[in-house]
Amino acid sequence: MTSPLATPRIRIPRQVRAGETFEVRTLIEHPMETGLRQDGPRPIPRDLLNRLTVRVNGDIALQAELRNGTSANPFHTFFLRLDRTSDITFTWTDERGRTAQATSRVQVG
Amino acid sequence: MRHTDGPTRRATLGAILSLAALPFAAVAQDDTLAAAIREQVGDATPTEGGITLRAPTVAENGGQVPITILVDSPQTTERHVAAIHVFATRNPTPGVASFRLTPLLARAEVQTRIRLAEEQRILVLAQMNDGSVRQAAAEIRVTTGGCLS
Repeated sequence: MTSPLATPRIRIPRQVRAGETFEVRTLIEHPMETGLRQDGPRPIPRDLLNRLTVRVNGDIALQAELRNGTSANPFHTFFLRLDRTSDITFTWTDERGRTAQATSRVQVG
Repeated sequence: MRHTDGPTRRATLGAILSLAALPFAAVAQDDTLAAAIREQVGDATPTEGGITLRAPTVAENGGQVPITILVDSPQTTERHVAAIHVFATRNPTPGVASFRLTPLLARAEVQTRIRLAEEQRILVLAQMNDGSVRQAAAEIRVTTGGCLS
């Protein structure tokens, strides 16, 4: 196969209070080529991330199904709330089945 | 049966004639949008309200249009938003993205950046866990289209 997916960037607090609402921002570099654009006479091949899954200690918290209306370098912000120290896992998948993953531990206390 | 056929046929003919008056492209686009919506929420009838949709009135770059969707919901196991669907009514493919939400989220809010081909209305549908559907829309003017350039 071709090159691996880029390393995602996550902005998440390292420590929060129990029950506190906090913001999580994610960004992954990716062209999100729709297959609709032309490079001169040739169409640029479709190359899309189609899924972002966010898990809290293994349980799905948010799943984004991306289609070709999502901008290049997909950026997502959402809000979590925890009652104990947790591992947050972020997984991006592209249409060819390649994945990029990141995990952040958030301390509650 | 016979006496009900007449009005039905007339109504169908009327519908065909009114469609014929529209430009073909507009009809095709409406069909694509309706199909994309049906694929996500079936035949549910959305109600207005309960969604805050923040988007710029004018987007300089149609390739990167920031949107924020916040659905008024406690996001508890008993009552939460199960999904948020975003449609760009005049994009080549109107279904932009769907977000599946759970009560693990602190609130039913998602921010992202989308592509818009041209000036258009974006439509957001929120499915609650009881199956009800809410909707909100925003008009966005686009200076440079973000799909084909």
